[in-house]
Amino acid sequence: MKQYVSTTNACKLCRPIGACLAFRGVEGAVPFLHGSQGCATYMRRYIISHFGEPIDIASSALGEKHAVFGGGPNLKQGIINVIKKYEPSLIGVATTCLTETIGDDVSMMLDEFKREFLADADSPILINTSTPSYAGTHMEGFRGATRSIVEKLAQHRLTSAEEKRVNLLPGFLSPQDIRYLKELSRDFELPLTILPDLSETLDAPILLEYPKIPAGGTPIDAIRDMGSACASIEFGRTVSDELSAALYLRERFGVQDFRIGTPIGIRESDRFFSLLEKISGKKTPSFHREERDRLIDAMVDGHKYVFGKKVVVYGEEDLVVGITSFLAEIGARPVLCATGGKSGRFKSAIKSVVDGILRDLPEIREDVDFWEIEELTRQLEPDLIMGHSKGYKISRALGIPLIRIGFPIHDRIGGQRILHIGYRGAQMLFDRVANAIIAKKQRDSDIGYGYF
Amino acid sequence: MNGVVLKERTGQVYEKGAGPFKLQCNLDSLPGAVSQRACVFCGSRVVLYPITDALHLIHGPIGCAVYTWDIRGALSSDRELHRFSFSTDLREKDVIFGGEKKLEAALLELIERYNPEAAFVYSTCIVGIIGDDIGAVCKRVSKKTGIKCIPVQSEGFKGNKRAGYEAACRALINLIGDGDIEGISPFSVNILGDFNLAGEIWIIKDYYRRMGIEVVSTITGDGRVKDISRAHGAKLNVVQCSGATLALAKMMKEKYGIPYIRVSYFGVDDMADALYRVADFFKDRQIMENTKALINDELNKLYPALKEFRRELAGKRAAIYVGGAFKAFSLIKAFRLLGMKVVLVGSQTGTKEDYEELEAITDPGTIIVDDSNPLELSEFLKEKKVDIFVGGVKERPIAYKLGIGFCDHNHERKEALEGFIGMYNFAKEVYSTVMSPVWRFVPRKEG
Repeated sequence: MKQYVSTTNACKLCRPIGACLAFRGVEGAVPFLHGSQGCATYMRRYIISHFGEPIDIASSALGEKHAVFGGGPNLKQGIINVIKKYEPSLIGVATTCLTETIGDDVSMMLDEFKREFLADADSPILINTSTPSYAGTHMEGFRGATRSIVEKLAQHRLTSAEEKRVNLLPGFLSPQDIRYLKELSRDFELPLTILPDLSETLDAPILLEYPKIPAGGTPIDAIRDMGSACASIEFGRTVSDELSAALYLRERFGVQDFRIGTPIGIRESDRFFSLLEKISGKKTPSFHREERDRLIDAMVDGHKYVFGKKVVVYGEEDLVVGITSFLAEIGARPVLCATGGKSGRFKSAIKSVVDGILRDLPEIREDVDFWEIEELTRQLEPDLIMGHSKGYKISRALGIPLIRIGFPIHDRIGGQRILHIGYRGAQMLFDRVANAIIAKKQRDSDIGYGYF
Repeated sequence: MNGVVLKERTGQVYEKGAGPFKLQCNLDSLPGAVSQRACVFCGSRVVLYPITDALHLIHGPIGCAVYTWDIRGALSSDRELHRFSFSTDLREKDVIFGGEKKLEAALLELIERYNPEAAFVYSTCIVGIIGDDIGAVCKRVSKKTGIKCIPVQSEGFKGNKRAGYEAACRALINLIGDGDIEGISPFSVNILGDFNLAGEIWIIKDYYRRMGIEVVSTITGDGRVKDISRAHGAKLNVVQCSGATLALAKMMKEKYGIPYIRVSYFGVDDMADALYRVADFFKDRQIMENTKALINDELNKLYPALKEFRRELAGKRAAIYVGGAFKAFSLIKAFRLLGMKVVLVGSQTGTKEDYEELEAITDPGTIIVDDSNPLELSEFLKEKKVDIFVGGVKERPIAYKLGIGFCDHNHERKEALEGFIGMYNFAKEVYSTVMSPVWRFVPRKEG
């Protein structure tokens, strides 16, 4: 591999966008970026192209003089304007490279602001999170904001629901994934507080009025109760201790924490379902057991098409770990697992999910860009690529089918409706993988054929 | 309408007929107002991006490169270096110790890897703060490699998008003047301010070819460094768009004495006007005859088709919110041609003159707005009972969420909207959203 210093076509996003997405998953919240106007506008544009939904991200719109004298006045004026126009219950302030570097102390500014302007009890809650875009990726921003929300709001309040309420910290999943989790909550009769919850705020129905703030998101009261839940489940094998909200809740309130892999594929889903059984004291409802049975049946029907097929997977770490686990289970051969992230936990996470199934470990690369992914893909000659839209160029150049998963998907409709998790998600992934391989075979065939 | 507009912004909204015309513009965006505007960096990137054989290296943390990676529909007839997204991807230690070394290494590496005709280095917010001297790095690398490396002073916080256009023009002037201008026709132009979205510049170049006029360079759509280096050999600069490259035209006038005219290639009237004015400039009988023939020919093809669209679209109401106001002028005329009524028009970066012109050509009752935001726009769309909204990516979900048709008139578009064929494409797109049966099912129409 050639030595390189520049990043060519990044396989990651910057930290503040992750924070904006996490804040967007809280009821009544407005994300606010403390920096120059461009950041907020670019991120809005980027998010819109995946979700097809409006997202209002406020900005302190700093200019040159603020970069010199500090952004405090603009931050305060910006918050006042957001309160006036949006009447939010929460404003989530994330920093940018500009305000991190000029050294704005946002916590202090917000405290000052509260003393000055927000004496009322029903004033909006202000939460800030530090998201220097030169440290970490959007996932650190996402997890960091989630943890900031929990640190700020969670309390230990004795409630009647104490025994049963469970915190679920899913990480950055699709709205469809979150809706599926809600379904499980109903089916296991296990009240879940899912934080953040993008299922409605970034996949809303068509409306009569433009809402100032889209409906949905985790209710603030439910977040307050997270300190009195009986357990927390956090998805993601690469989440660091500092960013883990589940760990915080254990250390601060003694809430038992289960930090498991994102339930993609059979074994990771089994772990999740058995955890739900354990916590709820209920057997997995028959409907979900049947989904699992049908999935195995489908895998038997299709196993020969996918067996040994080489797959390149890229994207954010926890998603890649989950997809790799799934691919190993169906008999495919993940040959490259790549991410722009750099948590330091990626390799060990991949190793543990393929343990006992894969004979040869895939190439595992962190902190990579698409230039390196392309070079490796050329060498590895995979049958399939799995990842978000940004791999399209490689897929087209090499004539290898791309199965779109994760974020961002902005060259197809419906990124927000992709189900990645659970038995049902695995079923959908399996069908897409098998059919992509069959379609390629049909296309490459000299004669074409109508039956398998 | 005033309920939704922040007090500080009331001077930036005007309803024609409600008192004498006065509209504030060219202000900094109001904090917390959720402006649709981007930043200086964005302005520079927009203008320079379509130069396809130059390297575009963004010096900063990854975000600025990621959010501008291949999002524009600027097509190339040759190399496609512009579609890569290169970044120095600054990390914590670079911010502390400075990023110049990393920048130099990145430039050298990328120049070796891609052998570009020139390189643009964009500075971002953080570079302005930590004080990396990108000019010095560019100079050193130019000397070492023989490739012209040009700094673009585009720190995001140093103004708005318009300031970015100017930074791009200051960078561009460095490319002009080196090339051999022997043999350039006395009937020759540069095309400025067109970005070859969906191949539009190929349509325009074909018109000039049919008129008998040589196009020396296209700045910047489908741009080539070598052609741009000969731009000073052209007799006329034809500038389109709301001032993105106007500053360059002015610099070229001063430095090389090349006159310029401002035109628009959108809509029938403006397209024809542009060609006639270019023909007029050269005072050549043959060119004028060619031009007349071309326009007649195109209109004969276009009008019957437009009549069909107009039959169904007449009386529908349109709203316009675009980056530059110049585009809005043509859109208003284009909607009139379709028998439609424009009830809202606004831009992110219009100037005083732009808005005066808008006031002059709109009907009474039309809302004119500067640097608007989603809450205002959604309120205006509802109040004015709009059937179709024209804008960019950020405006699209506002319209759709309310159950209103939408036409993409932005840098991402895949349909050519310029030229006579562009007017046909525009009418077709308007038709395909306004006439879609989907609106029968949205709450707005059910209620």
